[in-house]
Amino acid sequence: MFMKPLFRFVPDGTRIRFMNGRFAGLITSAVLSTASIGLFFYPGLNLGLDFKGGVVLQINTPQKADFAGLRTALAKAGLTDASLQSFGTGEAANHGVLISLESRETAGQTQTAITEVETALASAAPGAKILSTQAIGASVSSQLFTQGLEALGLSFVMILGYIWFRFEWQFAVGAVATLLLDTTKTIGFMVLTRIPFDLVTIAAILTIIGYSTNDKVVVYDRVRENLRKYKSMPLRELIDLSINETLNRTLGTSGTVFLAALPLALFGGSALSGFAWIMLFGIVVGTSSSIFIAAPILLFLGEHRLRRSSTPPKPGSVAKATK
Amino acid sequence: MLYFTRAKTYAILALCALGIIFSLPNLAPRPNFWPGFLPWNQVHLGLDLSGGSYLLLQLDLQAVQKQDNANLVDDVRQAMRKAGLGYTGLHGDAANGAVTLHLLHPEDVAAAQTALGKLITFDQTTGGANLLVNVNNDGSVTLSVPHQAQVSRASQAVDQSITIIQRRIDGSGVLNPQIARQGADQIVVQLPGVSDPDRIRALIGTTAHMTFQLVDTTAQPGTPPPLGDIVLPMQNDPNQTMVVNASVAVDGANLQNAQASTDPQSGNWVVNFTLNSVGAREFADVTTDNVGKPFAIILDGKIISAPVIREPITGGSGQITGNYTAQQATDFALLLRAGALPAPLSIVEEQSVGPELGADAIKAGGLSLAVGFVLVLVFMATFYGLFGWFANIALVMNLFIMLAVLSVMGATLTLPGMAGILLTLGMAVDANVLINERVREEVKAGRKPLAALEAGYSRAYGTIIDSNVTTLLAHVTLFIFGSPPVRGFAVTICVGIITTLFTATVLVRLITSRWYVSRRPATLPV
Repeated sequence: MFMKPLFRFVPDGTRIRFMNGRFAGLITSAVLSTASIGLFFYPGLNLGLDFKGGVVLQINTPQKADFAGLRTALAKAGLTDASLQSFGTGEAANHGVLISLESRETAGQTQTAITEVETALASAAPGAKILSTQAIGASVSSQLFTQGLEALGLSFVMILGYIWFRFEWQFAVGAVATLLLDTTKTIGFMVLTRIPFDLVTIAAILTIIGYSTNDKVVVYDRVRENLRKYKSMPLRELIDLSINETLNRTLGTSGTVFLAALPLALFGGSALSGFAWIMLFGIVVGTSSSIFIAAPILLFLGEHRLRRSSTPPKPGSVAKATK
Repeated sequence: MLYFTRAKTYAILALCALGIIFSLPNLAPRPNFWPGFLPWNQVHLGLDLSGGSYLLLQLDLQAVQKQDNANLVDDVRQAMRKAGLGYTGLHGDAANGAVTLHLLHPEDVAAAQTALGKLITFDQTTGGANLLVNVNNDGSVTLSVPHQAQVSRASQAVDQSITIIQRRIDGSGVLNPQIARQGADQIVVQLPGVSDPDRIRALIGTTAHMTFQLVDTTAQPGTPPPLGDIVLPMQNDPNQTMVVNASVAVDGANLQNAQASTDPQSGNWVVNFTLNSVGAREFADVTTDNVGKPFAIILDGKIISAPVIREPITGGSGQITGNYTAQQATDFALLLRAGALPAPLSIVEEQSVGPELGADAIKAGGLSLAVGFVLVLVFMATFYGLFGWFANIALVMNLFIMLAVLSVMGATLTLPGMAGILLTLGMAVDANVLINERVREEVKAGRKPLAALEAGYSRAYGTIIDSNVTTLLAHVTLFIFGSPPVRGFAVTICVGIITTLFTATVLVRLITSRWYVSRRPATLPV
């Protein structure tokens, strides 16, 4: 059993006519991305602490957490904006409390607020342990937000540049357009799941962008190779052929990355599960967009241009292509 | 494909051996036989895993400008008085770093130029003038600080703050603090093992500018203070105020030492201080001239106490009393020793993680890593058989080499970094997937095993390089823009991509060629 592969995703010689579904693919993608942009404006992303600013304390109470008592104590201390939430799974959820406060105007006020929470805790939940404190001022959060968006923008430009340098411009435009569609869908996914948008999830989005580009490059690479190999094959057939030839690889790599990210989503804890779910979503979207979006875009952009530049077919190559 | 020179084979094996050796420090305690010349570096755990505090501080540069401008106005006033020149409308503009005034007698233009010209100093680093003096013939005078000097002054203020914070934190007993500048006016402080940074917050949040000023006993309470006086609140009760002379009698900058101790008579905690020679002389002069008057000790605009001068103090040392606890007295003495910050610092970002939460995070990350790793191994074995196992050997090796590189670099492993390692392992096999699929295609196209291997490897390389470079690009941007935990993620992915290129292509090729040479199979198990 250790010698031969046990399974294959698709049998050899599979020839699915993916390009027949190009309009369906593009329209579905356009609808989903438009809906995502709508979701981005309403109800909007659940901004994480990094970008919203504010204070979050994670505490652990020795007895079962008394939410009503804590709320009263915090309100009495003048922290009317405090919101409480339990965290942890199973028995731990009875003891874990997440206290969040909105952003304060000045750093001094933030520090005062933290002290006030600590004092209120000492009386309302004696023996409670503060597991973590996070406080981010309004100026820093907007600075981080800009930096995050700059990172996203710059990576798009760099990927566009690299693919342009290595392939034709049609490939670069196709890849970046697809990445934009992928990214908007990921944003829509984040709005629906309420996964907080923060620096860690931006890292997840960038990883997906890297991964998805990687996937597109492999398909494009095969298209480029086949363009040289089959001089007279219509671009539409050629793209279908290239996708089919790389299908096992596409599914193989997606499979391993998916399997690697799955345990993170299941056991990674609150800090990483949001990150991992975005990865899982991104892998599915990125893999399908290589086939249904990036390839059709290349077909539309390259229908005449990519073919016109090639030399007229030689009899030998035609024979090979029809073999 | 098959041919590896002996040297190349040994080099590959040596690299793998180094990977195992340098990753050992993370896996086992240091053995006794470990030679001293070999490094024993571990990957540092980030504060989110080990527990600790991260503080981002912002220096109030406007306050620095304001203080500098006020000082310049004072200097101008003194210079003009010394030269005996009449003027009106002396006015500072802190935002632009300028001071303006108007000469009473237009014939004083040349004299004013000379008198004010003495204020000009030169910056050691930029070599430019720190001040421009512009005297017009109509008698209007403008002194301005050039932009370059302002920038250099701001940078100097940040450096000075870093030194002072370093001294304060070192004095507080925290081990291995990391203090670094970030951007133009921010300072990052990382304190491993400190999960409740209350005390550090207080130590950093205090400017600690101490002055001694005489109390004006003639002022009537409730009326506006006389000219040259200011009203300051008491430290222990902000509702109580006192009227003191605006001019500083002795500045805390002249402090030489400060120590906390207990007063032998009362048993209370006090802070004893010693002044340097300049301070001691000033202190002696003031106390000699003002016996019987109260003398206020002021910290950051608040009066700590105002003891009455009983007799001239000529020794240059004194004692500050208050209702201090041992900790408060020790910290106050530390603040005085470390010196005053050039401007107030505010904590704009704070993250503290307790050790328990960090341990939980390591557990969760470790479990995910183990499960994900096993899933990938099983997947590769199932879908690619023997060649999948070759890839799996390379994957295990990759984990060692990654760990070794991160250790030798002294990189910091954060929770997102652990996710990065896991994702790298998932993506690492991509190269092998590409190669195996390619080899399989070549076999199906009718090539002999050896030719199929040759073609498969050489054709897959271009794709592997292209796809890895794009991933690398995305993470380099992330590293440039990211905050520390996210940087940890970007570093692990970037390191992972590079080690992957070695293990997944070079190492697997070596294993495959050894296998082929020893077995000479008639068909490839693809």
